[in-house]
Amino acid sequence: MPDLGIVLSLLVIGVGLLWLLIRSLRGQEVERRVIFVFILVAVAAPILFPVTFQEHATPVVKRLFDFIDSLPAGSVVLVSLDYDPAMAPEVQPMTNAMSRHCLTKGHKIVFMGLWATGQSILMSTLQDIILPDFPNIVEGKDFVNVGYKAGNEGVLNVIVTDFKKMFPTDVNGTPLDSTPIMADIRSCRDFDLILSIGGGRPGAKEWVLFVGDPGNVPIGVGVAAVTAPQMYPYYPQQLVGILGGVKGAAEYESELAHRYPRFAHTDQPGLRMMGPQTLAHVVIMAFIVIGNLAFFRGKKVRRT
Amino acid sequence: MRRSTYYAVGIVTALFLLSWLLRGWSLADERPDSYLRAFLVTVSAFLTLAIFSFLYKDNPFYKFAEHLFVGVSAAYWMCLGFWSTIVGNLFPRLSEEVSVFFKQPYQPGAYNIFYWTPVILGLFLLMRLSPKAGWLSRWPLAFIVGTTAGLNFIRYLRSDFIVQVSSTFVPLLGREPFQWQGIGDFLANFDLSATGQFAVLLTNWIIFVGVLCGLIYFFFSREHTGAFGAASRIGIWVLMITFGASFGYTVMGRISLLVGRLTFLFRDWLGWIT
Amino acid sequence: MRRLIPLAITFVVGTVLIVSVFTPPLENIERTFTLFFDIIAVFAFFLGGGNLLRVHISKLRRRKQDWGFSVVTIVGFLGMLMIGLFKLGGSGNIAAPVDETGSLFYIIFDAVLVPLQSTMYSLLAFFVASASYRAFRAKNREATLLLIAAFVILLGRTPFGTMVSGWIPEWLSIAQIPNLAIWIMNSPNLAGQRAILIGIGLGVISMSLRLILGIERSYLGDDNA
Repeated sequence: MPDLGIVLSLLVIGVGLLWLLIRSLRGQEVERRVIFVFILVAVAAPILFPVTFQEHATPVVKRLFDFIDSLPAGSVVLVSLDYDPAMAPEVQPMTNAMSRHCLTKGHKIVFMGLWATGQSILMSTLQDIILPDFPNIVEGKDFVNVGYKAGNEGVLNVIVTDFKKMFPTDVNGTPLDSTPIMADIRSCRDFDLILSIGGGRPGAKEWVLFVGDPGNVPIGVGVAAVTAPQMYPYYPQQLVGILGGVKGAAEYESELAHRYPRFAHTDQPGLRMMGPQTLAHVVIMAFIVIGNLAFFRGKKVRRT
Repeated sequence: MRRSTYYAVGIVTALFLLSWLLRGWSLADERPDSYLRAFLVTVSAFLTLAIFSFLYKDNPFYKFAEHLFVGVSAAYWMCLGFWSTIVGNLFPRLSEEVSVFFKQPYQPGAYNIFYWTPVILGLFLLMRLSPKAGWLSRWPLAFIVGTTAGLNFIRYLRSDFIVQVSSTFVPLLGREPFQWQGIGDFLANFDLSATGQFAVLLTNWIIFVGVLCGLIYFFFSREHTGAFGAASRIGIWVLMITFGASFGYTVMGRISLLVGRLTFLFRDWLGWIT
Repeated sequence: MRRLIPLAITFVVGTVLIVSVFTPPLENIERTFTLFFDIIAVFAFFLGGGNLLRVHISKLRRRKQDWGFSVVTIVGFLGMLMIGLFKLGGSGNIAAPVDETGSLFYIIFDAVLVPLQSTMYSLLAFFVASASYRAFRAKNREATLLLIAAFVILLGRTPFGTMVSGWIPEWLSIAQIPNLAIWIMNSPNLAGQRAILIGIGLGVISMSLRLILGIERSYLGDDNA
């Protein structure tokens, strides 16, 4: 049934694009709401009739994956959730996949956020994803949530030399001095890896400028697609790896499932989203082609 | 209000109640708080549809949702800022009694008296709301500007200038694992594979020349003629490819957000997918 | 005097933060100044909230157009503020986070803020599609180059690119669309982004110096303010 559904959807979109092409070449106006309906169908159809694809990690993703994989068990990783609900569909799969990877390898995770919404999103991530997948992990020993602090890069400037000055307690008010996971952590320099997941400001760039370079700490980033191209100048000298958009998330999930088959049957939202992504991209490219064909035809007609 | 608005509100309310009850009934076997969960999901779904209604045209439902978002969002950030930073970092340094009240560990220190400075500056910042005392807000603004300028000066100089310039000096005649061993060796092993020697060389040349020409394009103190103009032209081409890549990623990003919302509507609200 | 003291504050703070990078004994002062900055940032949130109330109450009193929606903003703002500041509907533990799961604050975040914010941004998908049809024209060589690069990325970042160009042999694999997309990101995109980054970096450095030295004073506003 899913195949029939996707075939029907492709047929509807194909016929619709043909209609759009004819109408555009005739120079007739196309209401913008029609365009909206096109994109709605292109995205909705693969969600209702799922199509999944195989993904392979590209070098920028694989490098980060291999780095996490190669860290010795017991390494302490700082994961910063620097995003809001608007960015969550793209970057939440990255948070889930990288947290699962770290915990599977026996790494300890310190969660924090430079965005207030990151703290709230982390609450649901811990409750709905991490704790159900890893019921035996202990807060304070295997992970700790230190929450959000206001100040953007001001926070980073403090924690690069004195973490507990900015975060004296975890989010529940427990002093970090008495938290086992933070026993050997005085500053960001003591973390084995820092993962910044986000896409706005403050985000990955600020982590590189204020912590990665001054503190000489390895930084890996998972960023929204809009920000991803801007991260490439920092790679590979200043960044271990880049997960860019939902494609990056899908690649990481795919690599994780490949290396650790137990995750092959967990929810993989990144991979799931590649179906709608693909069809929507094709439709957008068709719009650009049709728009340009109509433009050049109109130019030719006006000249004659 | 017009009569049509009353009808619209009535219909939306009826649909809301119907959706709530149906979803609650469908979740009854799965969870004990099914009707509460259904209510919250229905609220989320209707707010989502209210925003989407803007695609048809601006309307009161969209305006309601937009104004609600503005109010709730502002209060959200205020509350989190207060509890995380004021209660977590300020009170423990100012007063032991207040620390005990908020169950935060007191942080005594010889210089804690100076932590009244951000309190005073913060109160001055709030004076911006007053027409008469608004000039006082310049002091905290000056502090903010000074801090930002001081922090950014060194960080941008190091990470966005020195390191970027040094990273641009890439080997132009081969790099690991391809060491340059003469033109004969290069031609003998020439291929257009993605990981081959030619691709690596081309990448390095484009990076070096592209950065140089891109910077030349942004140099407006000299007229873009002759060799300088040619370099500037190459710079524009490199920048156009950059912007094309950014556009492609932007499309990908925006589509992902729509996928996320539609997944919520189909899965959590309508229950059409699992 | 009204401008001299702020200028002096900017100069002292900025200079200390720069010098402290080279002078380890000043590191503690640097951290303290930054912590002050973080605390003042919260007061900036309060200022934003206060300004929001002022604007909407003014709109309400003057019965300006759509004043009814200002009531929605004010009620939403005050309601969320009360719930958050006093942790109403929470576990009752004052040390627990304000947004602990199950609290009323978290429920409102999840049921109201999340759908509103997510949907606002998802509208952009429709506008990008509309712009693709109406506005993106290959009017000249540069625009054509931009569109070609965009096409390669749009195709290469989906499995469709592999389907379309999978037949290309290994010795020519640079022409396979996914590999071409990776190459574009690692090569010309990197070059262009780096050029922009260096340019912006130089701009930030010079502006920071201007601000610290008091040459740039626009942030102080009008003298009559």
